[in-house]
Amino acid sequence: MGMTLGEKIIARAAGVDFVKPNDIHTVTLDRMMSNDGTTHLTVDMYHNKLKNPKIADKDKVVFIMDHNVPAENPKTAEAHKKMRDFAIENDIKLYEGQGVCHQIMMEDYVCPGELIFGADSHTTSYGALGAFGTGVGCTDFLYAMTTGTSWVMVPETIRFNLHGKLREGVYPRDLILTIIGDIGANGANYKIMEFAGDGAHNLSVDDRMVLCNLTVEAGAKAGIVEPDEKVVEYCKAHGREAVHMFKSDEDAHFCEVYDYDLSKIEPVVVRPDFVDNFALLKDVKKEKIAIDEAFLGSCNNGRIDDLRVAAEIVKGKQVDPKVRFIVAPASKAVYIQALEEGIITTLMEAGAMVMNCNCSVCWGSCQGVIGENEVLISTGTRNFKGRAGAPSSKVYLASAATVAASALAGYITGPED
Amino acid sequence: MNKVWKFHNDVDTDQIIASQYLLLPDIEAMKQYTFESLDPDFAKKAQPGDLIVAGENFGCGSSREQAPSVLKALGIKAVIAKSFARIFYRNSINIGLPVIVCKDLYEHVEDGGQADLDLSAGTVTVDGQVFSCTKLPEYMQNILNAGGLIASLNKEEA
Repeated sequence: MGMTLGEKIIARAAGVDFVKPNDIHTVTLDRMMSNDGTTHLTVDMYHNKLKNPKIADKDKVVFIMDHNVPAENPKTAEAHKKMRDFAIENDIKLYEGQGVCHQIMMEDYVCPGELIFGADSHTTSYGALGAFGTGVGCTDFLYAMTTGTSWVMVPETIRFNLHGKLREGVYPRDLILTIIGDIGANGANYKIMEFAGDGAHNLSVDDRMVLCNLTVEAGAKAGIVEPDEKVVEYCKAHGREAVHMFKSDEDAHFCEVYDYDLSKIEPVVVRPDFVDNFALLKDVKKEKIAIDEAFLGSCNNGRIDDLRVAAEIVKGKQVDPKVRFIVAPASKAVYIQALEEGIITTLMEAGAMVMNCNCSVCWGSCQGVIGENEVLISTGTRNFKGRAGAPSSKVYLASAATVAASALAGYITGPED
Repeated sequence: MNKVWKFHNDVDTDQIIASQYLLLPDIEAMKQYTFESLDPDFAKKAQPGDLIVAGENFGCGSSREQAPSVLKALGIKAVIAKSFARIFYRNSINIGLPVIVCKDLYEHVEDGGQADLDLSAGTVTVDGQVFSCTKLPEYMQNILNAGGLIASLNKEEA
């Protein structure tokens, strides 16, 4: 029997020829990333819990401050100081306010075929470059940083064969939210979601990141797109070489196989409070749901294509006076490109508040927090109860186009209205 | 006997501990906010030895290890669910919080009711009815028995 793409990555990391689902292997990690959501706890454990504190290979470790940056209160500033001091003392690469961790990892580090642990659930994003990225907690991260290794149980793989192209006005975010709606928030728990087929190869690397990023919302351990020439080009453009270009074998075993015709996907709005609470925009917009805030940004949807789409929609128009429209470009590179293209000017002239590069509203404790009973439409990753502020507030998820159009209208709607 | 706190399907990590508390200095400072959005008094009412019983996909969402950590800090003896989200599950084992998959218990126990968990036998007893739990793979059971991943690492290096 052959192996799937994800199984091959684990086999490589384990230094063995063959792995199969439910085997447990010790693996050598290619890279480890931790952000300010938990690093202060990791540092405390490093100092207070480890009998023999050490770092196996500092060059494989990356620290990124993106969740509450710049600090919004003195306690956060303390947590940040702990993280910053540790990075400096141990010569670990530290990014502070340069972008959302996953966007930075994609731009500066990820290579196909790598096994990467990130102390953040959306580490699944790295499958856009054919890597196996998975989220872990700070104890797992600490063990990995100390030993350079960890253990993994090999997951089963679900294959998604994508065909054709998305129609004009339909985005990769609509596709992945449709898939999560179909399989459910538990639909890929402990599994790999593998995307292949001509429809997958038609998508850009940024588009693939939208898919892989949200696979964790279906419970997946990893989301991986079969790497191709676009991955090679992306790596090259960012100064890296793509070496391990794995593909699933013809006789690999998939626990489930789904087929999606991309031309049939429609714009989606996910209702509160679960990411699989799927609805179609054409139905939701009839309800004219009033919004208090619109958010464009996050590791899922804060890249240049998303900002371009939004700028196109709001150009020469004004955000509804009752709505705060908050934009946070996903990284410094994205921000600078948006500045150069005049996108930031367009967004600001329309009334948007453009923030620094961080997790912003998506994370719900940094900036743009919403109050009791307020309604947010967001390109963020999650719509859990209270995710963006007060427990009584509500979060709807949609594409950049729907968020921008809704910011203008003051209620949930699409750009054609 | 242990008191049961019962929760629904898809309890996410934002409900267990909300993001605005994650950068507090330590778990002791965070634990008072456990389940705040679902029951603001939970942390006051929960007693060491209590059990959490939940439906499917408990702990879905973020990788925040603060979620199992606040439960452990409150003295929760174990979480027994129909299924767990994978990161929460792994984090719990790593910090030494027993997470137990038991498909049949949920419908047979009330919120506020009593159940008797026998960790070594892998059974839960409610009103004399015994429910078997799914066994952990040996590798993970060893981590849990050692008191978590770091304790197990320290032991390896002893």
